[in-house]
Amino acid sequence: MAGEKSSRREALQRIGLTGAVLGGAALTAGLLYDRGGYGLSAPAGERQVRDFRVKGDPKLKLAIAKSSQEPEELVRRAVAALGGMGKFISRGDIVAIKPNIGWDRMPVHAANTNPRVVAEVVKLAFDAGAKQVIVTDASCNEPNRCFQKSGIWRATYALGATVILPSAHRFRELRMKGDVLDLWPVYTPLVNADKIINVPVAKHHNLSKYTGAMKNWYGLLGGRRNRLHQNIDVSIADLATFMRPTLTIVDATRVLLRNGPQGGNIDDAKDMHQVIASLDQVASDAYACGLIGEKPENVKYLKLGHERGIGNMNWHEVPQIEV
Amino acid sequence: MAAPQPSGSPLRGAPRPGEQFPEVIPWLSSRAPGRVKTLDAPAPPAQEPPAAAPRRRLPIAAQGGPAAGGARAVSATSAPTATGVPPVVAKPPPKAAKPKKKRPGSGIPARKIITNLVWLRRASQLGFFTLFFYFLAHTAFRGTFAAQSGEPVRLPLPVEGFLLADPFVAAMTLLSTHAVYRGLAWSLVIVALTLVFGRVFCGWICPFGTLHHFFAWIFPSRYLKGSSRVDANRTHGWQAAKYYMMWGFLAAALAGSAIGGLLDPICVAVRAIGLGVIPALQYLGIHGNNAVASTNLRPLQMAADGAQDVLAQQIWTANQSYFHQTWFIVFSLIAILFMNRFIPRFWCRALCPLGAFLGVMSRFSLFGMEKDHSKCTDCNLCLVNCQGADSPQGGVKHRQDECHMCLNCESACPEDVIKFRFLPNRRSTVQKPNLQRRTVFASVAAGAVAIPAMRIANWPDKAYSEKVIRPPGAVEEREFLERCIRCAECMKVCPNNALHPAFFEAGLEGLWTPILIPRIGYCEYSCVLCGQVCPTGAIQKITELQKTGKDEKTGKEQKPISMGTAMYDHGRCLPWAMATPCIVCEEFCPTSPKAIWAEEVEVPRRESKYRAKGEPLLMGTIQVQRPHVDPSLCIGCGACEKVCPIVDKPAVYVTNAGETRSKTNVILLENTSYGQS
Repeated sequence: MAGEKSSRREALQRIGLTGAVLGGAALTAGLLYDRGGYGLSAPAGERQVRDFRVKGDPKLKLAIAKSSQEPEELVRRAVAALGGMGKFISRGDIVAIKPNIGWDRMPVHAANTNPRVVAEVVKLAFDAGAKQVIVTDASCNEPNRCFQKSGIWRATYALGATVILPSAHRFRELRMKGDVLDLWPVYTPLVNADKIINVPVAKHHNLSKYTGAMKNWYGLLGGRRNRLHQNIDVSIADLATFMRPTLTIVDATRVLLRNGPQGGNIDDAKDMHQVIASLDQVASDAYACGLIGEKPENVKYLKLGHERGIGNMNWHEVPQIEV
Repeated sequence: MAAPQPSGSPLRGAPRPGEQFPEVIPWLSSRAPGRVKTLDAPAPPAQEPPAAAPRRRLPIAAQGGPAAGGARAVSATSAPTATGVPPVVAKPPPKAAKPKKKRPGSGIPARKIITNLVWLRRASQLGFFTLFFYFLAHTAFRGTFAAQSGEPVRLPLPVEGFLLADPFVAAMTLLSTHAVYRGLAWSLVIVALTLVFGRVFCGWICPFGTLHHFFAWIFPSRYLKGSSRVDANRTHGWQAAKYYMMWGFLAAALAGSAIGGLLDPICVAVRAIGLGVIPALQYLGIHGNNAVASTNLRPLQMAADGAQDVLAQQIWTANQSYFHQTWFIVFSLIAILFMNRFIPRFWCRALCPLGAFLGVMSRFSLFGMEKDHSKCTDCNLCLVNCQGADSPQGGVKHRQDECHMCLNCESACPEDVIKFRFLPNRRSTVQKPNLQRRTVFASVAAGAVAIPAMRIANWPDKAYSEKVIRPPGAVEEREFLERCIRCAECMKVCPNNALHPAFFEAGLEGLWTPILIPRIGYCEYSCVLCGQVCPTGAIQKITELQKTGKDEKTGKEQKPISMGTAMYDHGRCLPWAMATPCIVCEEFCPTSPKAIWAEEVEVPRRESKYRAKGEPLLMGTIQVQRPHVDPSLCIGCGACEKVCPIVDKPAVYVTNAGETRSKTNVILLENTSYGQS
């Protein structure tokens, strides 16, 4: 074999093959060349908004129900006062309900939304013709425990609601373009629905003083939320700007007055037997913070929300009704 | 080790001294020794008729039949074929009725009951392995819509069942604590099975054994076929190693450490599969899902989400699990499994202390093997299929202590040599492990000495790492080491991924014992699942009330169970050092009243931007809340450390200082009952 020359045909074949591999490598490098630079800044732009509100100019924006001891009755009365659930939910809608299921606490501790209030909202949504009602939250404590011990899982599952427990794959990064919140993992079941009903519980919070409707949107975020506390008021305002729910129903049937937002002691909470339905997140919070003895002016994020035009912190000025 | 020996005599399967078997097995002498395949070898090319003829002995058998002189006659007829005599067997036997199933040799079919039992054994292995995996996957709290909010949170299944039935665990903890802890009484079931049937646990039940059975079957490729497999499956002297280790571990248990759990097969399986294999599968699953989700096609995303939901509910958990230093555990598993490529069931034969324990007990078993040596043709089919390397072949005594009772040998034997039965005669069996008395003494001494040797280097009262934060309800460290078998059940069940296998934090002796690493996950305030699944009581079965500080009966306040105490690093804390509001730690502190309290202060803060060119940076003040710990309330759960926004090295961290289980690691003078009311 030695000394024997390759044929021209074979030589061409081999050269061609070498060339093809080299060309392929060059093509791959060219196509996949990393053109990005270090620290590409986010393009500045308009604030993003997920608007689930129903169009029209409602006569009443705030309904405070306090004429019953039964949570279900309070919810029914408050919603009926705003025109009934049928006004907000159309037949065939996918409705996402966002209670506060943040903590591994029982209903008596009032750290999560009262399961009877959530259940009644689910029922009203189904009665109004919703195709699917999703109940979910991105909990602070371990979700299985929170969902089970809050009693919300059992109460709403029994009514046919789809209870979704948060897990990693349900979060996708989204741009909110807020003042402090921009690129953040967002909990998809809450942004992919047709209508959103925010069902927070009114309670004490040591850093932001009061937590209710606006702060409840923390449950929209994944990732390391603990950073938000450095500018808790602006981040709450950013979230409330991003999320405009169809309806807000604040549970104040039992209110945590101390050791918020977790509580843990039965003596920390007090029965108040009130439910506030509202089309104005800020106004409902401004009213409910009075229940824990806080003035709206002292809750900075309410002020910010008011200034941004999300709602009216002077809740007395909002067209309202007490039932 | 068990490599074929090409140089030796070509008389593979040749008789040992005192046996009278044919001297030459023709198809072995006619070809290259050591590379010859056994009975199932394909026919060689047609130009070598003499070699081709005897590849199966079936025709001979068919011709001669089982009655025609038995084994010796068969071999004798086939012997001349290699020496050039026209092969008798090449002619098709005219009259012989073809047997339905081709069996070599005399072709005597195995007893129906045995073939059925072999299938039953396979079903049992598959069933128990599935059950084991099911239990392991459900060693995680998954909530249910059916539970009332006030119901105590417990696992619905006895997921630690395999460990409770483990007699080696029971024996170790019996020696170390002089008591049988609750569920460990179930191990009597396995003891009883062994006393009646021998090591059926190894062959029929053990999930780790089944794993090795599977890999010994799937792995070997060319290394362990034919004669090399036969050689590998002979009884070897090193199989005694497991007995020596077992005696060493039992001595260590008597010296006060259940360290034998490091090698208990169930512990190894739970630890390696639960902390390594399942999280790795989860990683692949999540990344696969992300790849599908990034297509941005809605139906695909929905399908991927649905798949993830099911997997997160049935196999793994909602979020990726991480375990401290598991690479070592997983590497060990892979190494042990890979050994099956060279020695089938290496783990079971050489290392398993539970197998050794059952092997010692199997001498009393009522069920066993009888052999009729005179019928054996040395076909070695029994050895090809042997699991325990227990000498099932003729000419040697059966090793009852090594036998897994898989019944493969009797099922494979074509000559009516092997019979399993109750109360067999013991002429052809050795019941006891073949051990050197001196080595046993040496092992016992080594086990007993190892414990003090390791403790000199690391002892709860002195030279103790602050990172050893034990789970809630863990008993005092000395007793903890008497009980903890490193089974990793507590780590697998922890819903917050807070418990991790220690590497050398707790000393060499504390390898793979559970420690809380709050940076990765914190201890959920009212969760007591680690105690529920602990099979040995290293973590006691406490209730939510006991954990959170209420008397079980009266409901009166008492000291809650504390695992340690949180400390602030003022140089890293945002409100303390950087004039920035934060106190997420306070928000997450689960006790009521909170163990973390905030002090409102106005602190100076320099503005970060120039107001105008040439002007100095302005100074101002800001209102911040500075966190403090109340050590009498802190339970060391680590929620504060977990949520601290300073990710790398948190500004608040938990150490084991002030843990309620210790009488020496105490900070405050307030209560001298140490949680032992």
